[in-house]
Amino acid sequence: MKNSVLHVTDVHKSFGGLQALSDVDLNVEEGTTHAIIGPNGAGKSTLLNVCVGRLKPDHGHVVFNGEVLDEHTPDEINQLGVSRVFQTPEIFPDLTLLENVLIPAFASRDGSFSLRPFSKLRKETEIRDRAEQALADVGLAALKDREAAALSRGDKRRLELAMCLIQQPKLLLLDEPTAGMSRHDTNRTVDLLKTIKARGMTKVIIEHDMHVVFSLADKISVLAQGKIIASGTPDEIKGNPKVQEAYLGGAH
Amino acid sequence: MKQIVSREPFALLAFAVVILTMPLWLTPLGANYPDLLQKFAIFAIFAMGFNILFGLTGYLSFGHAAFLGVGSYAAVWSFKLFTMNVLPAIAFGMAFSGLFALLIGYVSLRRSGIYFSILTLAFAQMCYNLAYSVLTPITNGETGLQLTLQDPRIIDRIFVEPGPGLPETNLFGIDMSGYPGFYFCAVVLIICFFITRRIFKSPFGLTLRGIKSNQGRMGYTGYSTRPYTLAAFVISGMFAGLAGSLLAVTDPLAGAERLQWTASGEVVLMTILGGVGTLIGPMLGAWIIKYFENIFSSFNKSTLSEIFSFLPENLQAFAVDISSLFVGEGWHLTLGLLFMLVVIFLPGGVMEGWRRLVKRFSGGGGGSPESAPVPQAAE
Repeated sequence: MKNSVLHVTDVHKSFGGLQALSDVDLNVEEGTTHAIIGPNGAGKSTLLNVCVGRLKPDHGHVVFNGEVLDEHTPDEINQLGVSRVFQTPEIFPDLTLLENVLIPAFASRDGSFSLRPFSKLRKETEIRDRAEQALADVGLAALKDREAAALSRGDKRRLELAMCLIQQPKLLLLDEPTAGMSRHDTNRTVDLLKTIKARGMTKVIIEHDMHVVFSLADKISVLAQGKIIASGTPDEIKGNPKVQEAYLGGAH
Repeated sequence: MKQIVSREPFALLAFAVVILTMPLWLTPLGANYPDLLQKFAIFAIFAMGFNILFGLTGYLSFGHAAFLGVGSYAAVWSFKLFTMNVLPAIAFGMAFSGLFALLIGYVSLRRSGIYFSILTLAFAQMCYNLAYSVLTPITNGETGLQLTLQDPRIIDRIFVEPGPGLPETNLFGIDMSGYPGFYFCAVVLIICFFITRRIFKSPFGLTLRGIKSNQGRMGYTGYSTRPYTLAAFVISGMFAGLAGSLLAVTDPLAGAERLQWTASGEVVLMTILGGVGTLIGPMLGAWIIKYFENIFSSFNKSTLSEIFSFLPENLQAFAVDISSLFVGEGWHLTLGLLFMLVVIFLPGGVMEGWRRLVKRFSGGGGGSPESAPVPQAAE
């Protein structure tokens, strides 16, 4: 049994009368890829929002490596080693691709505030090389001087992935990383995510594309109407009648 | 990785040459008198500093005149209490405005967008009103803070016998009025340009631009943004304080009108007119506004009649009547029209116009159409 790095225990979150998450428990083991699937509006993104500090749970806790995440601000959570790719790409639209990747590369990893008003970007060759490599990893090296706003949605997603990967996070949260991508780009992203898995990075992935889910996930949890209705290996989930009813229903 | 030759010395040298030869190349424009040249240099510093906050972080402060005023008062007090040497005056001006910026920034930066603007405006108007009321012992109210014969000037008294009249501000014996005053301000401007350029090209500058572009993302990327915005606010406040103390250096009196919101608005206009977020745009904007203020406001009916003297008499009277609306007291109208034209047709200010020209004349737009303007293009 591997160590579990992310514990979500008994998390509740409601918006007004809508119960978005109720009694959610989740354990993510170190080095694994844990997929969360479920129909639209099931609370998948809300669950990730609770993990990165965008939302506070009404009840319950999210614990990562012994740290209670819901007591921290988003920047502190990132400092603990959690990076996230958002459903709608959160990038720096006015900056070039290279600058987009340089910003996370410069974020000091000890949480301290470093001003560095007089060091020169041009001279930071080591960090620049790393940034260019990160762009090359996602296949965007040729566009590094292009403004990020001009990218297609799929490319923005890959850029955001590069921005997360350059930080070498311990836990990577991916909210539909292949939505809006062509089949070819999807396959490339899947290959990239497999490479990262080889490096031992823990990942939580939300995805609608079952091809992506079943080629990446070690474990799958199914969320429906704010509740985890099943958890298990891909094969167990495929054979679970409750899941088929709630989510895969039409496909079988 | 390819090694790029640093362009810094060249950029700096070119800038220094342009600034120091201003008296020469401004002669044809009729703007080569020291008073105006000093203003060109001083307000360029003010606008450049303002741009570090507004241009890089996107936080629009409507209260920067407060720091200008504080810088002026601190400088004049240094002249009154210690010495007529300008260096301590500048140091005091920057230190006090920096302190004010730290306090005002600490509170105002809790909000962003329009709320931040309103908070800074409120603080500046508060300073303005205090200067007229409670703080009259420090600011001398409506009269303004001036030098008097009774000033202690303790450091000067140790070295020299006080002369009969009011002393002049000086830099180790060189009088700071007229052209020497301009050259002093020009050197300070060149130093400020160097600092600003360095900030633009540093990781700090990149962080600030990231905050402007997507502040939320900065949080999820591990940055606590407040210390960075506060640092930008304080630096920009100190630039304003420096400009304020230079105003006192060239003319040693400080009045509360320097703190008023119109002065804060003026620096916003300068920055937008020249090009927000560009390195030299705000300076160009400052020059344009100060030029209009001094040249157009000095026109009167008789100069206009002279200009239109080639017209028949009736037409001449008509032309003078119409155009006199736009000069003299009415120069604000000209400025307003110019500002509207720029904002509507060149939202990126003068610098965007410049880039478009360059593109047109470099082979019909050699670059790809998507190569949108980058902030550092201003070199």
